[in-house]
Amino acid sequence: MRASDLLHPRPQGLYCPPGDFFIDPVRPVNRALITHGHSDHARSGHGSVLATKQTLDIMGLRYGEDFAAATQTARLGEIIDLNGVKVSFHPAGHVLGSAQIAVEHQGVRIVASGDYKRRRDATCAPFEPVACDVFITEATFGLPVFRHPPDTEEIARLLKSVDQFPERSHLVGAYALGKAQRVMRLLRDAGYDRPLYIHGALAKLSEYYQGQGIDLGTLQPATVEGGKGSFAGAIVVGPPSAFADRWARRFPDPISCFASGWMRIRQRAKQGGVELPLIISDHADWDELTTTIHETGAEEIWVTHGREEALVRWCELEGITARPLHLVGYEDEGD
Amino acid sequence: MNRFAELLDRLVLTPSRNGKLTLLTDYFRTVEDPDRGLALAAITGDLTIAAVKPAMLRSLVTERMDPVLFGYSYDYVGDLAETVSLVWPPSPGHIPNRDPTLGEVVAKLQSASRSDGPKVLAGLLDSSGSSARFAIIKLVTGGLRIGVSARLAKQALADFGNVDVAEIEELWHGLSAPYLALFAWLEGKAEKPRNTAFALFRPVMLSNPVNDGDLEKLNPADYAAEWKWDGIRVQAVAEGGIRRLYSRTGDDVSGAFPDLADAMDFSATLDGELLVGDPRQGTRSFSDLQQRLNRKTVTPRMQQQYPAFMRCYDLLQIGDEDLRALPFRDRRGRLESFMKTLDPSRFDLSPFVDFTDWDTLEELRRAPPHPIIEGVMLKRWDSPYVAGRPKGPWFKWKRDPHTVDAVLMYAQRGHGKRSSFYSDYTFGVWSGPEGEEELVPVGKAYFGFTDEELKQIDKYVRDNTIERFGPVRSVRADRDNGLVLEVAFEGLNRSTRHKSGVAMRFPRVSRLRWDKPTNEADRIETLQALLDR
Repeated sequence: MRASDLLHPRPQGLYCPPGDFFIDPVRPVNRALITHGHSDHARSGHGSVLATKQTLDIMGLRYGEDFAAATQTARLGEIIDLNGVKVSFHPAGHVLGSAQIAVEHQGVRIVASGDYKRRRDATCAPFEPVACDVFITEATFGLPVFRHPPDTEEIARLLKSVDQFPERSHLVGAYALGKAQRVMRLLRDAGYDRPLYIHGALAKLSEYYQGQGIDLGTLQPATVEGGKGSFAGAIVVGPPSAFADRWARRFPDPISCFASGWMRIRQRAKQGGVELPLIISDHADWDELTTTIHETGAEEIWVTHGREEALVRWCELEGITARPLHLVGYEDEGD
Repeated sequence: MNRFAELLDRLVLTPSRNGKLTLLTDYFRTVEDPDRGLALAAITGDLTIAAVKPAMLRSLVTERMDPVLFGYSYDYVGDLAETVSLVWPPSPGHIPNRDPTLGEVVAKLQSASRSDGPKVLAGLLDSSGSSARFAIIKLVTGGLRIGVSARLAKQALADFGNVDVAEIEELWHGLSAPYLALFAWLEGKAEKPRNTAFALFRPVMLSNPVNDGDLEKLNPADYAAEWKWDGIRVQAVAEGGIRRLYSRTGDDVSGAFPDLADAMDFSATLDGELLVGDPRQGTRSFSDLQQRLNRKTVTPRMQQQYPAFMRCYDLLQIGDEDLRALPFRDRRGRLESFMKTLDPSRFDLSPFVDFTDWDTLEELRRAPPHPIIEGVMLKRWDSPYVAGRPKGPWFKWKRDPHTVDAVLMYAQRGHGKRSSFYSDYTFGVWSGPEGEEELVPVGKAYFGFTDEELKQIDKYVRDNTIERFGPVRSVRADRDNGLVLEVAFEGLNRSTRHKSGVAMRFPRVSRLRWDKPTNEADRIETLQALLDR
């Protein structure tokens, strides 16, 4: 069977005709397999959802318990049969619960990576390369300019700035699922033991992470009770959108920080009014993408959401068949 | 190199002056010689390194990677230095945490010959991480563009050593990178460096604005009045065959005014205003002066068409004699006789404004005899020449600002304390024929309003946004809807960079005109009329 008969794009998302399911559909479908809980991949309103336990939990937290008519838990590595198609979930290292999905039928195996990264991250299970014929890779940071520095260096810069400007508060913009918890955990690993202040949008998810055994230390709501003075010298974590909002007025002369792979590009930081860019990404950088492609041993690479053209060009230079897979609707919430 | 790179990255993104000062003083405190002095020189523009052309940089990188991938990268990033620093392939020559120091980088670049320059640069890039690579490329392509003036760097030195910035300015032109003696003095490890060089800058004396009620307490007989000319305050120093023109912050601007420097055949230090014209025939307009501003070099044609001259205010030194401690009256007497020895096409004396009481002066101030006058200066007859801005001896009493009623068009979020407020406003006035009026932007203002007014405008912006571009919002503004701002400004320049053809000096919001319909805001012709006066 041809690989494109096993999985191909439809307006709703990536579709498997023999198995009759979609992977990360952007519109409501009968049966959805979901790689991770970011809102552009995990939407509510499907007939049934198959995902890891943690991804299902996260969807429940975000959309309410009735986000789908039926749910089924996929254990990592377990093979599940869907209309004769063998499906298995493997850790992707992107955020808590994130998984790659392997789809195998009549001797053809395709792995859809979802979003992934290769760096160590104490808040989720590490990526495992899965041998396959076709590897569908994300390409959010699919340009040679993106080489993420070690996250410990970025956190050290944040802590240095906190020392330098003790009278100001540091507002760290970080997406509510994954990035925020990773940043908080990195701060703890760097020895920062003061309370961290969080925006309300982070509360439920952070509590869930803590319940999953990921220690984030003392978290306090960034509420106004103590007056402006009480946030002097504090680190406040919240979704990036909140910092442009009136919510941010409670902090004394804040330094706006943004934890994202996009912060690699200075102009991006400048345009967003970011004073302290922290290059911390939950996506694979250029070197991780190219290394992973080799490690899967795939003969063919399909490139999706991101800068497809550069990664396709690289594959050509390496003698690997590659083509862009034009999927729409993914906005890299996680970075 | 990494610490320098980090400093550059932080400075460029830190909008507040105090924040920049903290970053600079911390850098001077934690980084050792000679790196901190070299960084200082790089920031003040006093570091000379043979420049590398962009084409050379591009060919270095495409020898090392696929040109197509480089093309995609450059298209995405948009800045050549940054792209090259990011895509430069990892090299076995790079040992993590062992990047070259700024001192090593500068030494290698300065000793490289023209022919082996590219090879030396490539070697340095190979041995560095991406932040250091970016800083190295910025050094060799010239122009750090980090929003730090030499003046601010000197202020940071003053803060670092807890001395007055005037002391730094006075020493500055006798020092050179890496400023070992300067740092030793600022750290209290050595005596203040002695100046032995010729034609050094003397920190200038500045004035305070006249505030309400100030004059009632002062006796008019204690003060001399002069016109306040709106040119460039300069200090002309000639000594031991060296001639220099300094800006009021001590930057050497001689290169831009060779015509004036040529006429400095004396041994003295003069304080005055640089203007354009032949003073025997009259002072030319601000637009003419503008032709000579912000140029590093100037063509002979430009010098002929727009000759520079100096209107002299004060005499600080003559030969070996320092006059600064003398009262203004005596210095002025010495200046008047000294003027007779100067080329009258290049130097004239700032005339006194005769007055006996404040009311007379007030009338003269309101109707100055030349458009390039921006008010009057008051100087106590007995005042010595003191660096800085002492309170009392000198006052500036400015002409009232111009105002225009303009319509708010765009608002941008501020920084720091104002990061959640739309606090930077682009405003426009009407242009075009009746029935087809369009708003044309004429300026941008981000102060002049109270905190309470800021909240009101912010709410207005949020409620009336029609489009967003990143941190900028386009606000509803047409003949029937919109917010009229009364904008005060000091003057207008012709501008080829702005669609409206005008650029305001010191625009600020003076009043919110909630009451005024937008179709009654001013037209561009009102501003154009001001230009040609």
